[in-house]
Amino acid sequence: MHNDSCFCITAVEGLSVTLGRNELLKDVGFSLNCGQLTAVIGRNGAGKTTLLRALMGQVPHRGTVKFTKHDGTPGPLSLGYVPQRVPLDPNSPTSVYDLCAASSSKYPVFLPGGVRRRVLYMLSAFGAEELIDRRLCELSGGEWQRVMLSVATTPTPELLILDEPQAGIDLAGMELLYEKIDELKKTQDMSVLMVSHDFSFLRKYADNILLLSHTILVRGTPDEVFESAEYKKLFGGT
Amino acid sequence: MFTHEFMRNALWALLMITPLLGLLGTVVVESKLAFFSDALGHSALTGIALGTLLGITDTTLSMVLFALGFAYLLNRIRRSGVASNDTVISVFSSTAIALGLAILSRSGSFNKFSGYLIGDILTISSKDLLPLALLSVCVLIYWLLFYNDLLLISVSPLMAAAKGTRVKSMQTAFMLILAVVVMVAIRWVGILVINSLLILPAAAARNVSRNSKSLILLSLIFALCSGVGGLMFSYWLNTATGPTVTLCGAVLFFATFLIRGRVKG
Repeated sequence: MHNDSCFCITAVEGLSVTLGRNELLKDVGFSLNCGQLTAVIGRNGAGKTTLLRALMGQVPHRGTVKFTKHDGTPGPLSLGYVPQRVPLDPNSPTSVYDLCAASSSKYPVFLPGGVRRRVLYMLSAFGAEELIDRRLCELSGGEWQRVMLSVATTPTPELLILDEPQAGIDLAGMELLYEKIDELKKTQDMSVLMVSHDFSFLRKYADNILLLSHTILVRGTPDEVFESAEYKKLFGGT
Repeated sequence: MFTHEFMRNALWALLMITPLLGLLGTVVVESKLAFFSDALGHSALTGIALGTLLGITDTTLSMVLFALGFAYLLNRIRRSGVASNDTVISVFSSTAIALGLAILSRSGSFNKFSGYLIGDILTISSKDLLPLALLSVCVLIYWLLFYNDLLLISVSPLMAAAKGTRVKSMQTAFMLILAVVVMVAIRWVGILVINSLLILPAAAARNVSRNSKSLILLSLIFALCSGVGGLMFSYWLNTATGPTVTLCGAVLFFATFLIRGRVKG
């Protein structure tokens, strides 16, 4: 838990990614404060997923990502990542227990014994205990998000990244998801960075929005971004 | 049947090779690397061919060395994202087999090496068993240490990276280990059937598994049953062992395919 009197900050400066001759991201810079939800919006192919991959060190990039702890000292940034729900092969046997156990322990998941109690505890934070023996490919959109959030927030990360968490979730499920993320950022004081298209939810829950089109066109509060000329040009003022 | 030494050696070898392939196969299938392992098998011929050009008499050594380079290079190009996975792998696979065939046919010695296409497990000698046992122990230790990471990567490489897994190193290491095991086994199992030995037990186990524990246990059991069953049938039917082992794996795959609905619900 962090000290409330000071902010911890993830600062991104001059982030650029080039693939072949294509400049996917150019000189992207922003900072993420603890306890805040920052959303990344943009058209398809704007570089949103590339940005997440670069932040996680999974794509060659220029520029820096620095984390400063609440006491002002630099520190390693711990990450939690909630992947987009991808259509899994319906024959895939990987279970919720397998994923949670593999992510939280070095004990091989295929050996007898294991860490079932720990996994149940992990899942209980998101009311997902009953899913423990289900296969990942059987989960609905909402169930997938609850399981992935359990994995991503154990142990509590400084920066939680979500990639289009709305996939396969109905409106009621979306409200629950955003409420849970709101609760996490406030009670755990974590920075949350989310790629999303749910503008109505972002208006309600996001603290900041980055409008991305290979570089950051606008950044600010939801009202500032949604009223900007750049946003209206890209999304037709909807 | 097992009064003959060559049958006893073959049995020991199969008891070691098939479980290794069964284990590695689970990750190959879950990570959609079947094309890759197929290309790897085809590269064996190029390894032998280049070995003969360079004067390396130990064909296993030249195959392993070439396969390590092949796997590393293929992985680098695959990761660069210049083309889709199956395209890159097909380019590598066809280039490798063409190069191998061209070199071997040029010197007129292709017939000498054609045995590698279907392999011959009965040629295994007792001195081959110790290196095989050492390889089995190494792969088992690797499996115990890194299976959890491989599982995370198969679900989401980015999520695995966020959990501190060194994704690229882990993927490269897996491919290199796979290259070594495939090349060691290929002499006895054969280029044409090596990939099916890797894929069939895991694919059959996948049909009836609801978690990773049963996937691995069943893949091991199916691999052993195919290996030992194939050896015995090949003895009785006087057929080549490699293809007979593969056919046993195929029977298990189709049997599990038919009952998968009842097991998985």
